[in-house]
Amino acid sequence: MKKIPQKEIHKYLRHNKKFPHVWCPGCSDGIILGATIRAVAEIGWEKDDCAMVSGIGCSSRMPVYVDFNTAHTLHGRALAYATGIKMAKPRLNVIVVTGDGDASAIGGNHLIHACRRNINLTVICINNNIYGMTGGQYSPTTPHGAKASTMPFGNIDNDFDLCKLTIGAGATFVARTTAYHATEMQSIIKAGFEHNGFAFIEVMAACPVIYGRWNKKGDAPAMMKEMKDQYIPLSVFDKLAPDEKMEKSPRGILKAVLEPEYSERYAELVKSLQSREGEKV
Amino acid sequence: MPEKVEKNRDGLIIKQDDTPLKMQVEVNEVKYEGDYRTTPVFIFHDWCKKCGICVAFCPTEALGRKLDGSPYVKNPEKCIHCETCDRLCPDFAITGAKR
Repeated sequence: MKKIPQKEIHKYLRHNKKFPHVWCPGCSDGIILGATIRAVAEIGWEKDDCAMVSGIGCSSRMPVYVDFNTAHTLHGRALAYATGIKMAKPRLNVIVVTGDGDASAIGGNHLIHACRRNINLTVICINNNIYGMTGGQYSPTTPHGAKASTMPFGNIDNDFDLCKLTIGAGATFVARTTAYHATEMQSIIKAGFEHNGFAFIEVMAACPVIYGRWNKKGDAPAMMKEMKDQYIPLSVFDKLAPDEKMEKSPRGILKAVLEPEYSERYAELVKSLQSREGEKV
Repeated sequence: MPEKVEKNRDGLIIKQDDTPLKMQVEVNEVKYEGDYRTTPVFIFHDWCKKCGICVAFCPTEALGRKLDGSPYVKNPEKCIHCETCDRLCPDFAITGAKR
């Protein structure tokens, strides 16, 4: 991990946009934006080499502030747009930023089929357990028993484990990290960028203003300290007894395998068909 | 007479004796002011949203919090330039890097 000072980050920000950004005080989205830019700066990509795509939500305001090729698209359809960008211009490094509701509820089908297809995208899914922008409705990842504006007496649904979902759907790189572990997040996002295939990175984020207020979690530092206790490294998690595993969650790289990539397979198909020109198919 | 301990809205503990006003002035007082080139930790107050993350996670307690919640350099000699505040600030408003 290379230390990237704050002034390096400002090279990648759009200073003609209104700063300070729109996110609430203590929101983890800014930390994740910082870690993403640090990972890009560490690899050394130019601004024009990257494309950032997002849907709708708090986290999806992120492409507004970075000076890459950006697209702010329909709710839940960020992966569909990103697939199109990658197919049209395979040289671009496409980064998709979604929230938990964007990726798993409205765009749930796009997510599992992008995993199955194994196209070279990096998805950074910011999971703050609630729909923050629209007023605190419960999302598919709101924990059982947690309160939200549409579940004021506690959530009666069970929650999604997005990492298990994407592993099951066939993603070739799955990782989980938290906003507290910012150094680790930078190295995991970098590993996701360098992976040739579909990379899904779930980042647990603190929402102190909406989720924290409904569930009396305290301010942003208190929520981040709680995160530090709950998410433990995968090697430590594997050694725990089954009843202890109920309270903790693993973090780190959960799956990394290499499989043929979609846009390369498509290019091969086009090449083989061009060589048969003139034949009757 | 025992000192009264109160918590303000940001969770900051204020010790109050008979002269609370004087205490408030002492807490609000910034002991260290410096420009970008010389200060160990530079805070860009225009972008700061006073969330308190940098003060809570500073490993050497170099930073402190004013009454309104905004950070200031409390102990400039304690800063070890670990850049934890750089990485954890959501608003890109603080830097502890060596200059």
